[in-house]
Amino acid sequence: MPKEAYSKLMKAIAAGKFVFTGEIQPKKTAHFDDVIRVAKVLKGHVVACNVTDNPRAQAYLSSLSAAYIVQKETGMETICQMTVRDRNRLALFSEVLGAAALGIKNVLTMSGDHTSLSDNPATMSVYDIDTAQFVYMVRRMVDEGVDLEGNRIDGKVRLHVGIVGNPNADPLEVEMLKIERKVKVGADFMQTQIVFDAEKAKVFLREMKRHSIPVLLGIFPCRSYGVAEFISKKVPGISVPKDFMDELKKAEEVGNNSRRKSRIEDVNVRYFTDFIREVKRTTHASGIHIMAVGYESVVKTLVESVS
Amino acid sequence: MQTTPEIVELIITKPKAPEKILEMTNPYKKIFIVGCGTCSTACQTGGEEQVKEMAERLGVKVIGKAVVESPCDLRLVKRDLGGSKQLLEEADALLILSCGVGAQALAEHTGKIIIPGLDTIFIGKIERIGRLYERCRACADCIIFETGGICPIVRCSKGLLNGPCGGMANGKCEASGHTRDCAWVLIYNALKQQRRLDLFTKFRPPMDRSKKAQPQEVVNRQVDRVA
Repeated sequence: MPKEAYSKLMKAIAAGKFVFTGEIQPKKTAHFDDVIRVAKVLKGHVVACNVTDNPRAQAYLSSLSAAYIVQKETGMETICQMTVRDRNRLALFSEVLGAAALGIKNVLTMSGDHTSLSDNPATMSVYDIDTAQFVYMVRRMVDEGVDLEGNRIDGKVRLHVGIVGNPNADPLEVEMLKIERKVKVGADFMQTQIVFDAEKAKVFLREMKRHSIPVLLGIFPCRSYGVAEFISKKVPGISVPKDFMDELKKAEEVGNNSRRKSRIEDVNVRYFTDFIREVKRTTHASGIHIMAVGYESVVKTLVESVS
Repeated sequence: MQTTPEIVELIITKPKAPEKILEMTNPYKKIFIVGCGTCSTACQTGGEEQVKEMAERLGVKVIGKAVVESPCDLRLVKRDLGGSKQLLEEADALLILSCGVGAQALAEHTGKIIIPGLDTIFIGKIERIGRLYERCRACADCIIFETGGICPIVRCSKGLLNGPCGGMANGKCEASGHTRDCAWVLIYNALKQQRRLDLFTKFRPPMDRSKKAQPQEVVNRQVDRVA
């Protein structure tokens, strides 16, 4: 845990609260209407909200601009995602300074999906520095007030730096050693890749116990059977439980539109409530990161059902 | 009986599309073809055979052809093209079946219009015909002593010094659609076997990219940057 908590997220974790974070995905758009709409749906149910940075290497509205607008327009704190795929160390440094100046209190460092997945696949990836090195750079900015070369920053950079972990990683030991490296460099918090299997989450958290870093487990409520099937088939290493998928399929058979939506929500809330309760009861997880992109409406019900 | 494949490190090239070559050669009436007796011969892209095939394809406009032992070595260029001076002078353009280094050396040596017949794709390893693998990106700061003899700069799709990334699944790399081995899993396995796993968790600070920020030259055994 960091010596001082600058953000609502880290303050809540330091106070021993079990926290929830949400996720907003800016799209290929020149306006902020959608991110503000989603933020308003999430506000009050999560302590902070991630704003994604060109996920799957798709070129979208910038995460920093969207994070700033969300905070300004709704008052909800954000966790600004920043990938090392699209910027060199100069640009990342500038971006973090900009985040600090704009009142962003949390930055989540990520490699970024490879450009082979991009909607602009001819793109050149940058990777001047990697995520461990990015954490190191932010640490120096916050703790020493300098850049990577030791040049002084005017004013204080007061924000937290997060990392991503993957409970589904196979081999897991390689993932754990990588995490150890990033924790030693000075990461403040971790959010994980989507995990459906509570047992897998427990194994991961048991391994994480040797590190003093708060962990928020990532979950992904599915708004349809198709979404669950896509994750199961297309996202390597993640298996969506068959029972959960069967229940979604059954719920989709309901003819009436609003009743069908309500049945699908019931399936999600039931499954993830059990998951969250189990995690809360048996592990030291600090909270849950709910990645309900395109399905924000479920967040309120889910959080209320476990609170 | 199983034979050990011969492994050679070379500059790997591939032929440009025939229509692309025709587009470049079209404006010229007299063409001289130069092949490479080293890397491009091994790649079967610019050896005697490929030079002959190219000459047949272009027909009467080819006024001469030669395979230089190593077109990247100006001493060998002078030696091997010494007898073709007249034809080279006569030629409107040279069609080069070698890597970009050889093609530029010939441009410099002859002052002629250069038509690259090949694309240079990487510095790599040839195991056998049709099996070529990129293995070095000439980063000017080799660290494979501490990464189990595996270069993460070239073999990790993201060139990470502190990998793997979150795209690794079942030991495979996301960039290849999870078909190629993740370099950092290979590094982990190698270091584990060598009982040097402490090197895996070692934090590697950002690389000094200034070593490759400008064209490099070796002059009097010292690496200098061109101003």
